[in-house]
Amino acid sequence: MPLSDKDVAHAARLARLALGDEERRLYRDQLERILGYIAKLNELDTAGVPPTSHVVPMANVWREDDPAPAFDTEKILSNAPERDGAYFKVPKVIE
Amino acid sequence: MSVTWTARNIADHVRAKKLSAQAVLQSFLERQEKWEPKIQSFLVRTRDQALVQARQIDERVTRGEPVGPLAGVPIAIKDNMCVQGLKTTCASKILESFVAPYDATVIRRLREADAVLVGKTNMDEFAMGSSTENSAFQTTRNPWNTDCIPGGSSGGSAAAVAARLAAAALGSDTGGSIRQPAACCGVVGLKPTYGLVSRYGLVAFASSLDQIGPFTWNVGDAALILQVIAGHDPLDSTSVDRPVPHYTNALTGSVKGLRIGLPDEYFVKGLDPEVERAVLESVRVFESLGATVQKISLPHTEYAVAVYYILAPSEASANLARYDGVRYGHRSGNAKNLLEQYELSRQEGFGSEVKRRIMLGTYALSAGYYDAYYLKAQKVRTLIQRDFDSAFKQVDVILTPTAPTPAFRLGEKSGDPLQMYLSDIFTISCNMAGLPGLSMPCGFSSAGLPIGLQLMGRPFEEETVLNAAHSYEQATSWVREPTLS
Repeated sequence: MPLSDKDVAHAARLARLALGDEERRLYRDQLERILGYIAKLNELDTAGVPPTSHVVPMANVWREDDPAPAFDTEKILSNAPERDGAYFKVPKVIE
Repeated sequence: MSVTWTARNIADHVRAKKLSAQAVLQSFLERQEKWEPKIQSFLVRTRDQALVQARQIDERVTRGEPVGPLAGVPIAIKDNMCVQGLKTTCASKILESFVAPYDATVIRRLREADAVLVGKTNMDEFAMGSSTENSAFQTTRNPWNTDCIPGGSSGGSAAAVAARLAAAALGSDTGGSIRQPAACCGVVGLKPTYGLVSRYGLVAFASSLDQIGPFTWNVGDAALILQVIAGHDPLDSTSVDRPVPHYTNALTGSVKGLRIGLPDEYFVKGLDPEVERAVLESVRVFESLGATVQKISLPHTEYAVAVYYILAPSEASANLARYDGVRYGHRSGNAKNLLEQYELSRQEGFGSEVKRRIMLGTYALSAGYYDAYYLKAQKVRTLIQRDFDSAFKQVDVILTPTAPTPAFRLGEKSGDPLQMYLSDIFTISCNMAGLPGLSMPCGFSSAGLPIGLQLMGRPFEEETVLNAAHSYEQATSWVREPTLS
């Protein structure tokens, strides 16, 4: 299935990747080829086959809602690229 | 001691006061000094912390206090597992400065067992790759031939164990990332059953497939380390709450009556003739030991790579959404607003294979394509799983080659993503079905490169797989040390 530049640009926006023009073209060609290979799945009739999302036969895993110490704020913030007191700082969201 | 000692041997001697943990560590450190510049298996080495750990173990032994089953064993850790206070980079620029604020559960268990952590190993960025060439930082070389890849994505861990720069290592396996490098480097690599080992503190790649496991010098050591890291963890809701068997006791060395299946679909065009010969020779060994061998069919094998390259990138695109430059990791200095900060930080921080997979996964999950790709792949995953269910009604273990060829040359496949993906053709199905899979050496190519055979078992039947592997290992002599020069 041919991929358009628009398809690739749309996926890049959804994925929050600022791809360059050359990269976009490269990925378009490579994804087209990979998806072409993946199209072999259409040889199989999967009507009535349930999907597998997970192989372990477990459903909801519950635990008691017991209070326990959480990570220290300083520890959490120690990797922050930019902070303001106990907050992560980001550029302006609304102009 | 010699650095070719097993982890078992080292721990026994340390516990019996016949050898100090510090002396053991010193031998490995000396070897690292000599060969690491050539192999490049570590992203960071933790000499000073390791020396402290080894000294503390020795002090406890001297005082007559009990020490753990891995007392004094130098272990290397793939750099996608959190070790408190150390960088955890996933070999990615986006995490280049990330310092883990806590220990992964497997690390806590290794420490409790008195293993000595000697460093973090190189890998394909975010565990995406089959050659470790996708590392943002360095190229790891195969100790058997430094012009060849060590395999991937846990190539640093495999190379470190093969070159005896560590007595054992941990890796992670999403589609073959423990077993394929183990095969390339001539060591034992075990991917346990999905759910057996906690993933708390493992950087997530594809959550329905990822599993942590050991690289070791021999099968007994794989059992020993699995014993330490296996078991339920309340911090990982996908870890299964069931009793952990005694893996080392399961190594009886007898395979009399064991039923081994050879799937037709794994002995096909594209399989290197030397690999085929070595693997079929191993089948004769198993027969001579009293196992029965029969042909089986896993008819959906040829679809496994296609299923994988929908499911794994889709899950990865969601898991890697967290790298946005807000709370940790690389933040672009060029952004004018928040959206640009996300897009530029990710664009600058991720390497090309990671971006390719994020793009593929995002596309497959995007509106209008979900049913055609993701849902279809999940359904075929069910068919692959059913193949194994019916095969395991006839046989106890399945024997295959681990990889279609021995280690290929550095650069040989790095320009062609699809060719690289196909090097995992024999290891992916095992993850699809969540089975335990082990790779071990079964011979050498005429060029002197190791060849690996893979044994797969029923879910949670690591004992059967390990015992079969151990029996074969006892009857053969493929555990060898590469000649480094």
